[in-house]
Parts: sequence; structure tokens; C-alpha cells
Amino acid sequence: MEKTLYTVTVYTENMVGLLNQIAIIFTRRHINIESLTVSKSSLPGIHKFTISVETDKELIVKVVKQIEKRIDVLKAFLYTDNEIIFEEVALYKIPTDSLLDNPEIENLLRTYNARIVEVNRSFAAIEISGSADVIQGLFDELNKYKVLQFVRSGRVAITRSTQERLSDFLDEMESKRAKALEECKK
Amino acid sequence: MLSLIEEKVDTVFGYPGGSIISVFDALYSYRDTIRQILTRHEQGAIHAAQGFARVTGEPGVVIVTSGPGATNVITGLADAMLDSTPLVVIAGQVSSPLLGSDAFQETDVVGLSLPVTKWSYQIRTAADIPWAVARAFYIASEGRPGPVVLDFTKDAQNELMEFSYEKCTFIRSYQPYPDLKVSAVEQAAALINAAKRPMALIGQGVILGEAEEELKDFLTKANIPAGATLLGLPALSADFPLMKGMLGMHGNVGPNRKTAECDVLIAIGMRFDDRVTGDLKTYAKQAKVIHLDIDTSEINKNVKVNVAVLANVKESLPALTALLEPASHADWVESFTAHEQEEWQRVIEPEIHPAAGPITMGEVIHLVSEMASPTAVLATDVGQNQMMACRYFKLKSKRSLVTSGGLGTMGFGLPAAIGAAFGAPERQVCLFTGDGGIQMTIQELGTIMEYNIPVKIVILNNKFLGMVRQWQELFYRERYSSTPMKSPDFTLVAKAYSIAANKVVNREELKDAIQKMLEHKGPYLLDVQVEENGMVYPMIPAGTNVDNLILGD
Repeated sequence: MEKTLYTVTVYTENMVGLLNQIAIIFTRRHINIESLTVSKSSLPGIHKFTISVETDKELIVKVVKQIEKRIDVLKAFLYTDNEIIFEEVALYKIPTDSLLDNPEIENLLRTYNARIVEVNRSFAAIEISGSADVIQGLFDELNKYKVLQFVRSGRVAITRSTQERLSDFLDEMESKRAKALEECKK
Repeated sequence: MLSLIEEKVDTVFGYPGGSIISVFDALYSYRDTIRQILTRHEQGAIHAAQGFARVTGEPGVVIVTSGPGATNVITGLADAMLDSTPLVVIAGQVSSPLLGSDAFQETDVVGLSLPVTKWSYQIRTAADIPWAVARAFYIASEGRPGPVVLDFTKDAQNELMEFSYEKCTFIRSYQPYPDLKVSAVEQAAALINAAKRPMALIGQGVILGEAEEELKDFLTKANIPAGATLLGLPALSADFPLMKGMLGMHGNVGPNRKTAECDVLIAIGMRFDDRVTGDLKTYAKQAKVIHLDIDTSEINKNVKVNVAVLANVKESLPALTALLEPASHADWVESFTAHEQEEWQRVIEPEIHPAAGPITMGEVIHLVSEMASPTAVLATDVGQNQMMACRYFKLKSKRSLVTSGGLGTMGFGLPAAIGAAFGAPERQVCLFTGDGGIQMTIQELGTIMEYNIPVKIVILNNKFLGMVRQWQELFYRERYSSTPMKSPDFTLVAKAYSIAANKVVNREELKDAIQKMLEHKGPYLLDVQVEENGMVYPMIPAGTNVDNLILGD
């Protein structure tokens, strides 16, 4: 089976235990999660999971259906990289001396569009957002001057389509709620 | 408690303990409205609730304590999850300030139950109760049913609140019934109308959707022969002419072989379990596949389908029937007969009418089936007794089978039969179990004694764990590792519980003994000593083609 990097976005109600519910679906099928980001979504009370996994299409399609089957999951979507705009954030810590002694670092930071977020006597903290490759590239370059600490986030992503697919879903469900209520009154 | 009454619960199965004592105390005040059945083990309680749910179609309710009480129901939850049985399990939990402190009888019930439940939720304040209970019943019973757990902390149980109840009718993140797509129905109808050799596979979805009549109309209109999965068997009466028998590993010859010959396969509320399909690489490759199901995640899960019709079959079947052109497929339907005759001669006849030798399982089941009431409920344990019972007991009425399908839980039979008897007190309940399976939950004889539950228990006693023995004989060079088993005298065990019992060794005594059992008012245990090396045939070895049948003669 050919493996591709897929991004799954999951919208859920804000309830305890959802991360666990979603994680066990991957665990059961022995799929390793490459990265995971969970945060509030733009809609109040709704949380968004962005999960990236490397696997084959058939399996991930089934996984997405299983995720969506969970009661408190509103909707799950599956994307390949060309359907989304995505970024990761990374932070690097290098000794301040390295920064001062090696003026080429400044050029490096300009090329990579990175910025220094804090400098003190002992270290400088550098921040960048970009693709995993870019982040790794900067790390490799900086590590020539000894990176003290390096951390990268999971992926965040938005779609290239103009519609917000979740809103359509919510509208549809709300009209169903109205219908259900009406039937109750009858 | 009031919440349970609002959901019209009249029977609960349970076992008390420290963290649920307050709930049982409240139950005591409502003992005229809600019948409390005290089983002898929590596993017994949950299987009983499953039996109750299977025959009534209503969620079975279980109340157990925290810690071991809750872990003892996990098997039942997994069983109910795989077999889509609606359950609401209320488990006690330590007080919320103690959560996470390794308190006495604390376990992470939500964490443990998540993979085997449709929904699992912790109630930490009394104010949450009506909302959570309403939601639990809605989730357990709407859409594809399943088990739900409410993990109920002790402080929430003791808190007082202003009670008001509103039934749950909608959850925005949950769509129990997908909207039927007309285009899918049209495509399916076109395929069926063009088919020369259509065949239907019936699953439990038909029973859960209460679409038995709709199914008959559908099959009759275009004269489509059907095979059923284990759990789908009671969807059609065994004597319905288009019902061609059971699918799968120990199913009937006709429907299995014909799966490899049909040109259009119509799967109705079934999930293409591996015990039904055998090797997926070769399964029904010649056929166009139509799948009617309520659950999106079942589509293309095991078998790739040409047309998926997503909806409750109660809705999709009549829509499809309306578009069917009447057809007879006479030669095709007739072609099943040769297989039926072959199976009759080579397998069935020798099994149910053996000329000599020890009593066979099939002959016992056949006799009970002939003599039992037409509305009888068949309950089984798991293994040879189960396969034989489902092969030779003719199911004639709706919701007449209680068996553990997906999980194959030994020990399920006895407590499930108890639950079925509570759910359908007017019907006869016949349980077939093995000498192995009954001993996994034999303590429930105590429950039968206490409530005088008129279950007819037939132990098909072959002194072996028969199904595993069968595999050892066929595939493990007759190395009978841990399958021969010494058992107590079951009639004496029954006697200790004041349950009438009898043991049969000789063929001549069998019929009278069954007669006596069925006429007996109240519970009865019949220990039938059957052939030790009996085999269930036909058999499709696991993972091979469905037409690769061993007939064993």
C-alpha cells in the first residue's frame, strides 16, 4: 500500500474525553499519529482537532468514518496536502554568543523569514512558522552553531475551498432539530 | 430514579455495592414500579439485560457498583457493541473529590468502556442526571443501537435537585438516521431489475429496524432468494419459501455456494463479518453488490460495494420495493433445491436422525424445535451448541433468537435466557448450552431459583469444549489441548438450586424427557449426554472461500 500524508480535521463538542475517543481509533489500527493539534474553533463551543498521519487511503477513509461515528463528534474531514494551507510553528534556542560571533546567522534568519522573540545574556529564542521541511531546514542550519533547545508544534490547517463545510453541516442539523421539535409538538 | 421512570423502564438488572448503594436505596422506594432483578454476578446482569433488549427491542438497563462491578460488565458491553444491542449501564463511581486518588473500588470506567460503548459519560452533579439519562436512552436506542455507560459518582447520587425531565430527541452531533437518497435507491433498483441471479443477505438490521414485513414484500415482489446471518435469522420465518438458510462458516450449503454464483448481491442490514464472508479477496467477486445499511462506516468496510443505500431499512426497503419490477427468477430460485437436497442427505439427515450410536446435538435440537411452542425464543451459548441450535431450531416468530454473534461470548446463554424470559414472559424460552459455557455463568441458576424463571435449559453435554475440539481435530492434528473437561453432575447442581432436572443418556428416553421438560411449569434443566466427537458441518475453514465447504461425510 502506498503511504501518503493525510490531514484529518475533526470538529467536536467541547466534552471531556474526546481526545481519548479519537486517539483509540488510531491505536486500534496501529496507526501512528504524526502530529496533533487541538484548540477552540472559530465557532463557540466547538473544538477542532488537526491530525496528520501517514497511511494509505483505504485505511484512513475508514478511520475518518469511525471518528465521525462517535456521538460527540460533529464532523470529520480528510485532506491531502494540496487541498489545504497548513503551517507548523517552531522555536529554537541558541547561545547568545553564537548569535553575536556569527553574523551569518542574521542572514539565515532573514532568508527563512524567522524572527527573534527574546534575547538575554545567555540565549536567543527564535521563532518560525512554515512547513515541516522549512522548520527542519532551519534547525539543520542553526545546529551548526549548537541549538540548545528546539520545539515544533503540530500542524494547523485551513482548506482551500471557499465554503466553511462545518457551517453547512450545522445549518443542516439545526433544520433537523427544528423539524424534530415540530414533530414533538404534534 | 424518576429519570428511569420517565423512560418507562420497568425492569433493571443489577448488583449493589458501596458506590451505588444510594441508587439502590432510591430503587427501594420505587420497587412497585421498577422490578429489580438481582443476578449473582455483574456479568450475569448485563447478559440478562442483553437478552431482555433482544426480545423487547427496548434498552436493557443495568445498575452496578464501581470498580469490580463496572469491570465485570465490560465483556457484556463489548458483546452489545458488536451485536448492536441497546443497553443503558449505570455504574457507581467514587465521590468526585476522590477521583484519581486510587480510592477504594475506583477504576477509570469511562476510559475502560470507551472502546466498547456507543457513548460513555461521567455524571458528577445531580443537575446533570436528567440530561445525561435522557441522552443515554436516546443514544442507546436511536440509529444503530448500542450500549451506553453512565459513570455516576457517589456525591452526585446523594445530591438533591429540583427534578424536571425532558426526553432527548435531538443531538446536533449525531445523526441516527441518514437521509435516504432517491438516486441511490434508483441505482439499486436498476441493478436488481437487470439481475438474472439476485440474492439477498439478511442481517440483524432488519430486526432492529422492525422491517420484517417490508423485507418479505421486497423479496416476494421480485422473487429474490435470501440467506441470513446468524443474528439475521429470525428476520424471516424458517418456513418462508425464499428463506434459504444461514450464511457463513457453519451456514447452509445453498446460500454459501450461491454467494459465489449470484450476479447481484443485496446486503440488507448486515456487516459482512469474516465468519460470513470467508476470504474477502474472492468473496462474491462476480457480483454487483448493493448494501442497505444505517451506518455509514459499514459501507466499503469489508466488501467494496457498487451501490450504497444509507438509511434505516424500514425506510429504504419499501422505497426500493416500489421501484422493483415483478420477476420470478424461477430457474435461479429452483437451483437452490439441489443444494438443499445434497445438504439434507449428506449432513442434516445423519445429524438429526442418526441410525445408531450416541445421541447427537442436532437430534436433540430438532426434537425440541418440533415440540416447542411456535413463538418460542431460542437462546444459545457459544460454540457447537450455538451453531447446531441455529441450524436445527426452526425460528418461526419475530425476535426469537438470543445469541452472542460478534463477540462469541461463552457464558452468555444462561443469563441472556433469564433476561429474555423477563422481556417476554408469555413466550417459552429454550436455552441450548454446552457443558463448558454453562459453567462460565452457572451461578445464575441462583437467579432462576429466586425468581422462579421458567427457562428450559438443555445442556448438550459432550464432555469437551466442542468447537475448539473440532478445530483441533481438523486443523491441529487431533492434539486435544485443554479441551476435554470434567464436569459436575448438572442435575445435582440444579437440585441444589431447587430446579427440576433430568439426565438423558439413551436415545429411547430423549423424546419423553423433552416432553416432560416442556410441560413442566417453571425452570427445568435437561442434561443430555451427546456424542463426544460430534462435529458441526458444513464448515468453511476460516479465511477460505465461501464455496469451499467441508460436508464431513
